[in-house]
Amino acid sequence: MSKGSPASPALLAAKSPGPAGHAGTGAAPAHPATAVVGPNRVVEPIEMTGSEAIVRSLEELGVTDVFGLPGGAILPTYDPLMASSLNHILVRHEQGAGHAAQGYAMVTGQVGVCIATSGPGATNLVTPIMDAHMDSVPLVAITGQVSSGVIGTDAFQEADIVGITMPVTKHSYLVTHAQDIPRVLAEAFHLASTGRPGPVLVDVSKDAQQGTMTFSWPPAIELPGYRPVFRGHNKQLREAARLIREAAKPVLYVGGGVVKAHASAELLELAELTGAPVVTTLMARGAFPDSHKQHVGMPGMHGSVSAVTALQQADLLITLGARFDDRVTGILSTFAPHAKVIHADIDPAEISKNRTADVPIVGSVKEIIPDLTAAVRAEFDAEGTPDLGDWWSFLDNLRQTYPLGWTEPEDGLMSPQRVISRIGELTGPEGVYVAGVGQHQMWAAQFIKYERPQAWLNSGGAGTMGYSVPAAMGAKVGNPDRVVWAIDGDGCFQMTNQELATCVINQIPIKVAIINNSSLGMVRQWQTLFYDSRYSNTDLNTGHNTARVPDFVKLADAYGCAGLRCERAEDIDSTIQAALAINDRPVVIDFVVSPDSMVWPMVPSGVSNDQIQVARNLTPAWEEED
Amino acid sequence: MTRHTLSVLVEDKPGVLTRVASLFARRAFNINSLAVGPTEIAGISRMTVVVDAQGDLIEQVTKQLNKLVNVIKIVELVSENSVQRDHILVKVRADAATRLQVTQAADLFRASVVDVSTDSLTIEATGHPDKLSALLNVLEPFGVREIVQSGTLAIGRGTRSMSDRALRAS
Repeated sequence: MSKGSPASPALLAAKSPGPAGHAGTGAAPAHPATAVVGPNRVVEPIEMTGSEAIVRSLEELGVTDVFGLPGGAILPTYDPLMASSLNHILVRHEQGAGHAAQGYAMVTGQVGVCIATSGPGATNLVTPIMDAHMDSVPLVAITGQVSSGVIGTDAFQEADIVGITMPVTKHSYLVTHAQDIPRVLAEAFHLASTGRPGPVLVDVSKDAQQGTMTFSWPPAIELPGYRPVFRGHNKQLREAARLIREAAKPVLYVGGGVVKAHASAELLELAELTGAPVVTTLMARGAFPDSHKQHVGMPGMHGSVSAVTALQQADLLITLGARFDDRVTGILSTFAPHAKVIHADIDPAEISKNRTADVPIVGSVKEIIPDLTAAVRAEFDAEGTPDLGDWWSFLDNLRQTYPLGWTEPEDGLMSPQRVISRIGELTGPEGVYVAGVGQHQMWAAQFIKYERPQAWLNSGGAGTMGYSVPAAMGAKVGNPDRVVWAIDGDGCFQMTNQELATCVINQIPIKVAIINNSSLGMVRQWQTLFYDSRYSNTDLNTGHNTARVPDFVKLADAYGCAGLRCERAEDIDSTIQAALAINDRPVVIDFVVSPDSMVWPMVPSGVSNDQIQVARNLTPAWEEED
Repeated sequence: MTRHTLSVLVEDKPGVLTRVASLFARRAFNINSLAVGPTEIAGISRMTVVVDAQGDLIEQVTKQLNKLVNVIKIVELVSENSVQRDHILVKVRADAATRLQVTQAADLFRASVVDVSTDSLTIEATGHPDKLSALLNVLEPFGVREIVQSGTLAIGRGTRSMSDRALRAS
């Protein structure tokens, strides 16, 4: 190619060893000394089968717990699994294995592992794989495949799972030679856990599992096209610091990347140095303590008025590991219209994807935030600290005028918000809270106080109903000493509750709070608001004055769980206390709540965030100040 | 819409073409043409992807392509600094009366006749897509029976090679 390359710097930045401008400095900083995850013990060459190599590789990668369900094409691997150090948890449905591995990964920060057989076993993993892809969860899914000789013949339980999952994996492998297994698994773990984390599928044909190979460790990783950037570019950091010093209305817009990068401590330092308000997205709840005076709430469709308005009125967004999701921005063209944007993310493709960044910073927020803190400190020392007094009076006024809250339902049934608040208050910030998807998820994001990262798990990007019970199971395996609550809906619970059997048999004592409003509540809320209260197919008949099918208490009992029911507000605390006292088996509580409670505030779909409603048809009266 | 030519170095592994094509499909990017083949380095293939993209979208296309683990390097080649060629085979109706005119038209475009039958000629031509479309315009009146055309191939002008810094070191 000629000199004066016509490629724009943006094209080159993504794969250069440093951000654009560092391109000539060599590849050294891109990788740590070894890319192989785990303790990197040296194993001298030894003969074994492919299936033994799978199990041995997982052990060498430092894996201790895996979730799965065997079948024909993965049978060879389940044999050596019996004698291994791995704790394999036999689920009742492969989707449960996938979500459990996600929950495990979210609380431990390690790669979650799930195993399934070919065909339907593998396709049952598609939903959790997609979920992990949307929420950047490090996950390795190992599937059996029919023997390489019959691939492509529509053999029994054959499915092209690599093809099926291609759009929803970070990368995927089809392994047909036993010898490739250690390298592929080491690469899979490296890919899943570094850069922007995500799911990696390893599909292993039956003959590769049965074949013999020579195992040694660590294997050599060959990923010439994978070079994540970790350090932010100095010039960009200085420019970001200058914008922060000049801003009168800055907001730290914090996303799930801060949780994934374990950068909460670094964030706290930056936040306190800048004095700027902090909003934590649905994926970042707990990345910054809710109790901190600079925390102004969760932004987005069901965010607090103070958080949504802070973003709308801001003159600078300091975006850290967030991706301008439509549930945060509302109508994109009207989002934060006065703000310049600093956008730090490890995935270059997120930067300027939805909102054009004025200062893009590619790298890990774990590295970028402390570097930015240093740059801001230098800038403040040299040029003075900005006065955010007016900004804070505006926001404090909003916080006082429009606090999160709820009105008691008129039908006399319990308010779901109260139930969820009390679960959080009686359990405390050391608990782990895992939500399904819908109204109860939003209330759990709003009304539980999160003080630490990795305490709040939910299916954010994918919105997978049924995530809660299996993810809570995985979280409990990863954090056995913590109280783990599955805060679930009556609809979600019925999608994956079979994993209660897994929890009972394997002594994984999670606590499930079914926020039972007898309906697909969020859909019903939209029907109330936008479809003239025509409730098409949202009534589930599980609640008050219904046939109660199923009876959740009896269902819990059938599984060998403790089953409790709570129908009166005065019993909420004692029921939660009773659940907290049971630790020898899972507890399922049927909280029978009102179907009429709605999630507020709400930015109706398809309008600007300025149209946020604190209750039905009630929009805050904005002061005409600019 | 602006037309962009991307040269993409990829690992020669099963499924790479699918990964690239599937990425374009799911992100709703428009591929105008795509050509793939081996390079001077064993194990490395080169794709030339011609993309129609509005505004800043090409940057997003490139960033998303870069996220594919098997993609090693991407360079956008602009026509001033690169040679861009398509290859075409055209079967044209040509009897004794028109055969000479058709071959003369082909000559004007430095195209060659690669097959002859009693009532048709097959013409092979290589060139910039604009030139090939001009050739087709000239052949059209004689009666074009069949066209097969490659994707665009493109290479940067000058001594440097796209793969210089991408992989040779390893």
